Amino acid sequence: MTSSTSGPVGVKQRDSNLSQLPAEQLRQMYELMATARLLDERMWLLNRAGQAAFVISCQGHEAAQAGAGFALDPARDFLLPYYRDLALALHFGLTPRDVMLSLLGKHGDPMSEGRQMPAHYSSRKLHIVTGSSPVSSQLPHAVGVALASKLRGEESVALTCTGEGGSSQGDFHEALNFAAIHRLPVIFMVQNNGWAISVPQKKQMAVEHVAQRAAGYGMPGVTVDGTDPLTVYAAMKDAVDRARRGEGPTLIETLVHRFTSHSSDDDDRTYRPLEEMKEERANDPNARFRARLIDEGVLSEEDAREIEQRVKAVVNDATDFAEKAPYPDVAELTLHVYGS
Amino acid sequence: MATKLLIEAIHDTMVDEMRRDESVILMGEDVGRRGGVFRVSAGLIDEFGENRVIDTPLAESSIIGTAIGASMNGLRPIAEIQFLDFIHPAMNQILNEAAKIRYRSYGDYNCPIVIRTPYGGGVHGALYHSQSIEAVFTREPGLKVVAPIDPADAAGLLRSAIRDEDPVIFLEHKKGYRAIRGEVPENGHVVPIGKAKVVKEGSDVTIISYGMMLQESMAAAKAMEEGGGASIEVIDLRSLRPLDTDTILQSVMKTGKALIVYEANRFGGFGAEVAAYLAEEAFPWLDAPIMRIGGPEVPAVPYSKPLEAAFLPNQQTIGAALERLSAY
Repeated sequence: MTSSTSGPVGVKQRDSNLSQLPAEQLRQMYELMATARLLDERMWLLNRAGQAAFVISCQGHEAAQAGAGFALDPARDFLLPYYRDLALALHFGLTPRDVMLSLLGKHGDPMSEGRQMPAHYSSRKLHIVTGSSPVSSQLPHAVGVALASKLRGEESVALTCTGEGGSSQGDFHEALNFAAIHRLPVIFMVQNNGWAISVPQKKQMAVEHVAQRAAGYGMPGVTVDGTDPLTVYAAMKDAVDRARRGEGPTLIETLVHRFTSHSSDDDDRTYRPLEEMKEERANDPNARFRARLIDEGVLSEEDAREIEQRVKAVVNDATDFAEKAPYPDVAELTLHVYGS
Repeated sequence: MATKLLIEAIHDTMVDEMRRDESVILMGEDVGRRGGVFRVSAGLIDEFGENRVIDTPLAESSIIGTAIGASMNGLRPIAEIQFLDFIHPAMNQILNEAAKIRYRSYGDYNCPIVIRTPYGGGVHGALYHSQSIEAVFTREPGLKVVAPIDPADAAGLLRSAIRDEDPVIFLEHKKGYRAIRGEVPENGHVVPIGKAKVVKEGSDVTIISYGMMLQESMAAAKAMEEGGGASIEVIDLRSLRPLDTDTILQSVMKTGKALIVYEANRFGGFGAEVAAYLAEEAFPWLDAPIMRIGGPEVPAVPYSKPLEAAFLPNQQTIGAALERLSAY
């Protein structure tokens, strides 16, 4: 069981057995994490080279997102992401080319044709629901998506994410409350990296874990190690199964790292302790997962390098593709304000 | 044709549309068993059940936010906000989300929701049950805003709003609910969004108004004509966004004088946009300054009877403005 429906919830030592997934899926999971990381790093390079106006990262969150993604079925489930959900967006089917087009504000960006800032992942056909920048405003949307699925008797689940800072918003409270009352198939995943730009968690809440708040809404809440994809997978699988059985929402808090400044316009050296950053770096979820897959015989060193070569080629291709793409047509500035 | 109160026209249209299309749902505070605090949705829960008539928690942002999410997954929610005055906590969801979803996704997503909400003064609702803040919404590309006062228009515009593919703010004048009665055509009567209506023809001055101020405007116009004064044309905008610029321009080209009457604060209110439009487009035909009558420079409508009366424009203040315009 994930947890009880009341009382404080501590960090769960989840079963992180690799046997939960077939070897092929474990390799795909690593490839997803590696793709998200390299793509993210490339975006920073483009930003520092003056080619991309803005970057906001998923670096340090890859394991939590990969673990969550593999417990969902993108063919029927919905993702209402926040700005760090690069790995989840890729898992739901956006491509590195799509991400790079969006980064550079180029024609063909399937999320918004150059209208939104980067990291506002969206695609109707891929079940990724468009969002804005004010944090946690997508949480009530996820509740509504789940409400519609439930009314039609579908077994779809809506996953929505935010940060621990986003959990301070009124929409967080309103969404969890509504979802719990109506036992809707929605999962709220808080990716807690400890920092909301420069504000540490202790100035965001007086409780130790965001997941403790679940008890106040009458839903299960669990805090898990978000640097281990299998642990997150196990927690998410429980939540997805509950949701599909009609038992309602779950709050999952994943404890993750933030390897970059908040965004390309921030400098975290002005407020974060250097020691903490070094410790986090030493516990890189991607490096750990790679080593574990090799240790436990899922990957050989050669397999891993082959994956990394493939990822590099994909990211290079995406970069070239987006650099060569034209900008949106200015004549389309006024398009799609109304349908009629 | 049946004669109906404004509130009955709205109620009956919701019932018709919910029968026609099972993706239409109603959600809001007290809309279920109580049938809404004004009883606009009386009996709907009995016919359509708790799944389609949802008593929500008392939290406006999630009423709108949940409706938005449901609309992006195939439903056509009608979200009721109990009083327009209480819509402020949902403003982020309306202005940043609903209004921008189509544009920000390059038409990939759209947001077919109707936000129904009672507004307006004259019922001793004081500062927080009387507001007319339509201009907050009319300035927002991506939203449509309607404010019908005639029951037939309310029925026809609500039908259009529910069937529209974009978010519509549907403003219901609470004083009009049981004060305004009129003939309502049966059989799916539709009024297109964005069309004004000339409710009274005239030749000397055009009054442009909407909501309950239309009643006061009509009374002032008739009084002036009966007193041998100028001939007044009266236009009910019905839709505020899109604004029917053709109808108001045609009228002002004919009369050469325009008076815009609305009960919101005059400064920065919707009438300011109408006045600016006419100043730009009707200038060659104008014989007098464009005039506006609206609420005074106080934050909202006070409670006490004489204070409330002093806030709201009325037949006398409109009549005085007509006299001034006639003198040009």
